[in-house]
Amino acid sequence: MTPILSIQQLTAGIEDREILKGIDLVVNPGEVHAIMGPNGSGKSTLASVLAGREDYAVSGGSVTFMGKDLLDMSPEERAREGMFLAFQYPIEIPGVSTANFLKTAVSELRKHRGLDPLEPAQFLALMREKMKLVEMDSSFLNRSLNQGFSGGEKKRNEIFQMAMLEPTLSVLDETDSGLDIDALRIVAGGVNALRSSNNATVVITHYQRLLDYIVPDVVHVLWNGRIVRSGDASLALELEKRGYDWIKNEASVEA
Amino acid sequence: MNSEQSILDDVVGSEYKYGFTTDIEQELLPKGLSEDVVRFISAKKEEPEWMLEWRLKAFRHWQSMKEPTWPNVSYPKIDFQDIIYWAAPKKKEGLASLDEVDPELLATFAKLGIPLEEQKMLAGVAVDVVLDSVSVKTTFQDKLKELGIIFCPISEALRDHPELVRQYIGTVVPPSDNFYSALNSAVFSDGSFVYIPKGVRCPIELSTYFRINARNTGQFERTLIIADEGSYVSYLEGCTAPQRDENQLHAAVVELVAHTRAEIKYSTVQNWFPGDKQGNGGIYNFVTKRGICEGAHSKISWTQVETGSAITWKYPSVVLKGDYSIGEFYSVAVTNNMQQADTGTKMLHVGKHTRSRIVSKGISAGTSQNSYRGLVKVLKVSEGARNFSQCDSLLIGDACGAHTFPYLEIANASATVEHEATTSKIGEDILFYCNQRGIDTEAAVALIVNGYAREVLNQLPMEFAVEAQKLLAISLEGSVG
Repeated sequence: MTPILSIQQLTAGIEDREILKGIDLVVNPGEVHAIMGPNGSGKSTLASVLAGREDYAVSGGSVTFMGKDLLDMSPEERAREGMFLAFQYPIEIPGVSTANFLKTAVSELRKHRGLDPLEPAQFLALMREKMKLVEMDSSFLNRSLNQGFSGGEKKRNEIFQMAMLEPTLSVLDETDSGLDIDALRIVAGGVNALRSSNNATVVITHYQRLLDYIVPDVVHVLWNGRIVRSGDASLALELEKRGYDWIKNEASVEA
Repeated sequence: MNSEQSILDDVVGSEYKYGFTTDIEQELLPKGLSEDVVRFISAKKEEPEWMLEWRLKAFRHWQSMKEPTWPNVSYPKIDFQDIIYWAAPKKKEGLASLDEVDPELLATFAKLGIPLEEQKMLAGVAVDVVLDSVSVKTTFQDKLKELGIIFCPISEALRDHPELVRQYIGTVVPPSDNFYSALNSAVFSDGSFVYIPKGVRCPIELSTYFRINARNTGQFERTLIIADEGSYVSYLEGCTAPQRDENQLHAAVVELVAHTRAEIKYSTVQNWFPGDKQGNGGIYNFVTKRGICEGAHSKISWTQVETGSAITWKYPSVVLKGDYSIGEFYSVAVTNNMQQADTGTKMLHVGKHTRSRIVSKGISAGTSQNSYRGLVKVLKVSEGARNFSQCDSLLIGDACGAHTFPYLEIANASATVEHEATTSKIGEDILFYCNQRGIDTEAAVALIVNGYAREVLNQLPMEFAVEAQKLLAISLEGSVG
């Protein structure tokens, strides 16, 4: 089985500071991986590097996505190849409606696959269907993207976009942050509904809470730019109980 | 040639004889401006005596005026004696083939999706195509004639309808209004004249598109549009084709008159040559546009999409004289690279219960400077006037500038005046977000800019709006890393 994502000895940083210090990670089709870790451990940097944010420079290692060199691709190529990042802080775009934004994104994706744009009626039907997944009201479609949306609405909009773009790999960067329990349930429900044997999800989170709803196959603990421990879902529960300190101590001893 | 020679001799005397002889072969006057040049132009147009006097008066006034320095733009001093004020319509001097046209210009045509035949026409290459466009124009002119609508070059109007021109010309923008209107009044070579009779709704959009391409119109255009009682007209100015002109001064004057219950909708998509990335060349676009809502319940609406010119200095205005009259100004002004724009509007409330609405959207990229300058003036006699102004600025990158200069002069306490302003920026965060959804940077800028400008683009007639949208995207190409 070819992995969807294969990261080997990835090192990366911002300006002169190295943040990722040798990451190894293999994600296979159908899997959900959770990446946990204390603040500043490099979780969001990993998400940004995978999405291709320019601020971060990769200094070593490799990332293979669906058999292709991911690091060689521009951010938009990565997206068109099926990589999706749900942003921790979704951006507001005044004047561009959610519907128009998604129409452009879906058309770009289809063009990349050699397909014509969807007919307006088809597209509208698709949007209505996918909105149900995250219980979004259709009035959001005509509003400027994320403008005036509450924190929970923005996160739901991210999952709605994910549903529209049907990515092979979804990276959810702290999607649970700032969500109340109802919104968390809705967002997780959307993510679960999109799970299939052909795609994979990497959930980056601080808290175990989200993993009650999105049950991971593998849990990794990231600390100081390295994955210091991996295990099954029970690892998350153990972290919840014991905090991160015991992992930090163990990792320091090993180093 | 002989008759031209004799006219010349008659008009300017022997002093210019040699210079003119050779120059006439090339159908150009030598550089420079004098009373003789004004007389020459008037004679060439076979104008009535009063028109010549009117021009000469404007010229003498112009000589006493100083170039304005208040706009927020900078450029080397213009030598008004280093400009050619008359170039006769070139009949067959078009380029021999498309190969001779600037390849960058052709690339732009291609991006605009203009078919090759039309490209030839726009570039002034193929005479037959130009002739075609003239015949197109003639066809619909017949239709207009049936309704009593006059739509012709202003020089033709001076011959065929002198009384109408005399009644209105200079009544909205007097020659002495400003430095450039005085210059234009003295030397304007052509332009459009429109008259819509009482109660007639002009059934088609009138456009300068064909006419400008059929004749290489000069750099001092003068347009006069009169909508008689209860009539309606929508007029489109300019076409989206970039011009080949370089380093030229364009000083046009546009006058609109709307009588009782008449409505004039005037749309412009301006795409003159903006100069290159280093700021070389380009058009200095110093234009005076003004309309008067003469009668009660009349309406004048200006819509402009400005993407070209090295420098734009332009304030389409409305004098709201009639009670209950309405003035509107919708503008998108884009500046990129080294372009400078100082544009806006003036709304002068005179009549009672007059209303005005200003929506200005500035977009700056590169190292350009974009200024909005607007005046809302409510006279003491104007009871119950209302104005709403919205001035938005969008910045692309860190090196450009946006400036807003709103002026309010309210002399009647019953007036309601609202002003809103926003500034936003297309930063790296927004672009990265779009990229992550598979939308590349150019497409993202186009998407955002079109969203931002939508309120104004919606005011344009459909086909024009589509072209304007493409034009916005092209103007901003390469504006972000």
